[in-house]
Amino acid sequence: MKNTVLTMVLLLTVYTASQAQDRGLEIAIAAEKADMGFKSSASTLKMVLKNKNGQVSERALEVRTLELVEDGDKSLIVFSSPKDVKGTSTLTYTHKIEPDDQWLYLPSIKRVKRISSSNKSGPFVGSEFAYEDLSSQEVEKYTYKFLKEQNNYLVVEQYPVDPKSGYTRRVVTYNQDAGYRIESIDFYDRKNALLKTLTYANYNLYKNKFWRAAELHMVNHQSKKETQLQFLSYDFDVNLTDDDFTQNALKRN
Amino acid sequence: MNAFKKIKNSANKFAINWARFVIKNKWYVFVSAVVLTTVLGLQGAMKFDGDYHVFFSKSNPELEAFDALQDKYTKDDNVILVLSPKNKNIFTKVNLTAIEELTQQAWNTPYSSRVDAITNFQYTRAENDDLYVDDLSYDSINKSESEIEDIRQIALSEPMLVNRIINPEGSVTAINITVRLPGEDSALEVPEVMNSIRAMITEFQKKYPQFEIHTSGMVPLTTAFFEASMKDMALTGIMLLIVILTTFILTRSVQSTFATLLVVLFSIISSVGFVGIMGIKLTPPSSVFPTMILTLAVADSIHILMTMLQKIRKERMSKFDALIESMRLNFMPVFITSLTTVIGFLTMNFGDVPPFWDLGNIVAFGMTMAFLYSTTVLPALMAILPLKKGRVDKTGKVSRFNYEWHTILSSLVIRQPIAITVISVAIIGGLTYLSTKNSFNDEFINYFDQTVQFRSDTDYISNHLTGVYNVEYSIGSGESGGINNPDYLKKLNEFEDWLYEQPEVIHVSAFSEVARRINRSMHGDDEGYYRIPDSREEAAQYLLLYELSLPFGLDLNNQINVDKSESRVTVTVKNLDSPDMIAFAKRGEDWLSQHTPDYMHAIGVSPMLMFSKLGFRQANSMFKGNIVALLLISLVLMLALRNFKLGLLSLIPNVAPVLVGFGIWALYKAQINTGMVIVFGMTLGIIVDDTVHFMSKFLRARREYGHSPQRAVEYAFQTVGKALVTTTIVLLSGFLVLSTSSFALNSYMARITVVIIIAALIIDFLLLPALLILTSPIKRARRKYTSILFYR
Repeated sequence: MKNTVLTMVLLLTVYTASQAQDRGLEIAIAAEKADMGFKSSASTLKMVLKNKNGQVSERALEVRTLELVEDGDKSLIVFSSPKDVKGTSTLTYTHKIEPDDQWLYLPSIKRVKRISSSNKSGPFVGSEFAYEDLSSQEVEKYTYKFLKEQNNYLVVEQYPVDPKSGYTRRVVTYNQDAGYRIESIDFYDRKNALLKTLTYANYNLYKNKFWRAAELHMVNHQSKKETQLQFLSYDFDVNLTDDDFTQNALKRN
Repeated sequence: MNAFKKIKNSANKFAINWARFVIKNKWYVFVSAVVLTTVLGLQGAMKFDGDYHVFFSKSNPELEAFDALQDKYTKDDNVILVLSPKNKNIFTKVNLTAIEELTQQAWNTPYSSRVDAITNFQYTRAENDDLYVDDLSYDSINKSESEIEDIRQIALSEPMLVNRIINPEGSVTAINITVRLPGEDSALEVPEVMNSIRAMITEFQKKYPQFEIHTSGMVPLTTAFFEASMKDMALTGIMLLIVILTTFILTRSVQSTFATLLVVLFSIISSVGFVGIMGIKLTPPSSVFPTMILTLAVADSIHILMTMLQKIRKERMSKFDALIESMRLNFMPVFITSLTTVIGFLTMNFGDVPPFWDLGNIVAFGMTMAFLYSTTVLPALMAILPLKKGRVDKTGKVSRFNYEWHTILSSLVIRQPIAITVISVAIIGGLTYLSTKNSFNDEFINYFDQTVQFRSDTDYISNHLTGVYNVEYSIGSGESGGINNPDYLKKLNEFEDWLYEQPEVIHVSAFSEVARRINRSMHGDDEGYYRIPDSREEAAQYLLLYELSLPFGLDLNNQINVDKSESRVTVTVKNLDSPDMIAFAKRGEDWLSQHTPDYMHAIGVSPMLMFSKLGFRQANSMFKGNIVALLLISLVLMLALRNFKLGLLSLIPNVAPVLVGFGIWALYKAQINTGMVIVFGMTLGIIVDDTVHFMSKFLRARREYGHSPQRAVEYAFQTVGKALVTTTIVLLSGFLVLSTSSFALNSYMARITVVIIIAALIIDFLLLPALLILTSPIKRARRKYTSILFYR
């Protein structure tokens, strides 16, 4: 009898655990689905870096994204300022499982360099965003655990699959009433201490389907530094194709 | 009746009335003292602060400059783990695997923000148009022999690693853990880090016993400060025992010993209350306050008790009468000596080092309370406690010996006053000259003696791997993004090269090195391109590429600011003493101002530099304080002696011991630290007692008994000789206890105080009487009443 109870409790625990896993995964898939079909987009944005003392530094970028279904998205980032890196651009092929491919075009030497690094956890151009925070969010890159539901918010814990990730986990809040858009993410570092919080603000709905935040605000709780991404424009009618995401395309910018 | 007598009578009356009041209300007095002590004691709190920042006042310019630098880049505290494998070769599969594992583990250290090791060094290499940036040794367990040999080659030729993370022989390596403490409560955060590190090391050594591990860094330094504070506080116990023993030997009375013990304990408990009320966090220098109070406070009680017991035992007075008489005789001397001590300690507030403000204020408060308790609790308790009426003391051997000893001294001084003066002045002059040969040295690692683990571990690191001291320069480029300007980089590179030419330099970490390294990688690892890129665009774009390839925690934020307008140069130097350190930093500053444009000029900063300048800063600021102490104490003396000339004369025996002390120190260590700067004001308040006692007895003999100067000197020796020796012994034992401290700010201060106190007694017994004889008019003094304050 005792054994039965124990088994049942154990089963229940395993069941709830796996249920939480399933529910977390479901939400991630739902979010991906909700954003599916935008095909391609282009945006210009300003990155504002702020240190503890409020000293500010700015960079301007253009981002183009091509949606792929069978593999991760392709993206192209062009730096428009500061002046000395103007025209420098990166091309990234995200993959669902293997490490992403990445190239960088350097206008100063007119050469494309392939960055063969499995490091995705470092800061992106000195900002509080890691490269892994900015790259396309593929469902396969994490395992999941559903935490709670609060009004229309769903909170899911995500564990990166890549051992070289800078995080042990992220706690993501989705808004299920607005196409599962992400409202905020808490990042926990390797020792599982709260490192950063990313909040998404000023969401706009494009093409009646795609939610895009005009402002992303990353706060590093440990260094007290902040970075803001301000999206100045979004264009979903650019009709980009694979040809716009090749090494040759990199050089054209 | 002249004016003196009137004052004398009123002072007498006051002391007598005070004593009568205390005796009459002995229980009330005692109970209210207990209540006061309890109330104060309940406010008490012993909190410690081990952060080295406590040594610097808010307005300290070196601290401000250092904080500004840390704000620009990253605020770093660190723990260095130094690993020495028994086989003296880091580059084996097993050892690299172990290091890789420990490095991985180190990321779990609370508040850690970065971990640098040989294995996770971001090695950059090029293959055609591909750029590889990766851990130098990842997954070491699966590496082949030849791969490990490659790793060895790379590591030992990498300027970023050699002499910083690994020694040139490849037998000792370090893991540097950078932590970012929130800084809310170092008493909690630091032990949290250290406990985690210690547990990690224990685990590691269980698995890999072939490694010897030494720990250093700013966090262990803080821990060492904490531990030094607590250890020095524990010296109180030894001092308490000494106090009990001394009091018992001197008074041969259990009741007196008990009463003295209560007085000093009450004084200490009250001071602890003061610490709590003022919210003072104890640091190594201020944590010696209980021992100091014990040492200084016990003299008050001993004076009062000795006189009382003498009156009972020798003159067969009744207990109450003896008590009143003792209070009458001692009230003013105890008041004056307490006052001078309080003045001496309060002058520490003139300095620039906050822990000494705390020490000065706590001891000043403790001494005030000790005066209060010695004149209330002590007589009350003696009135309460039953005391057998003593037998008449027979003149024992000891006192006969004392008598002879005094006589020899006094007859010597009387016969040869000129010779003694000349010889003394010559010796004092010589030692004074020597005292200028001392130089300041505040190498903070050397604050801890060899018995402290932190010190021996740190010494190991500086002997086997790298320097533990550094100087940092934040070098501006004059514009946003300007660090990529080749002109800037070339100048920076020149600076880097110049630094490496300096004999003191062990390692330089500069952004120019990063720029060279990336340039090489961008050109297919061609050594010819190990130089600054040709154009700003190239440099900027290479940097962008490089930054994109770095992992979490190993970014360049600790080397370049967000605006990319400034970069940080960190110079690791050999162990230098303070003057050399200051001179070295200055040389760097001068080089920059001579060879670079204005915007690249920078001042050197670092904790070591802050400490190096601390002694000078403290000495400059204490100078004023010392003058004030000297003036105030001389004024008190002139008033107490009621003689301007003798007041001036007393400056000689009060200032000379300090000069003698520092002169002897020049022969002993020749290096003085910040802790010793306060010694002048502090000892002045203490040693002045000897002079005052001696001079007042001399004056009394001259004025009241009309003795010749020679005879008056003899009288002074007879009456106070023994008392002065006794109090000196008590003081010496207290400071000898403190001199055993493992913390140099305390032990050096105590050692020189010991020398000064001994010098003071010798000078008061030789030079002072000689001078008194020489300066006194030959004619017999008119009968006159002596000071109102001293006439035991």
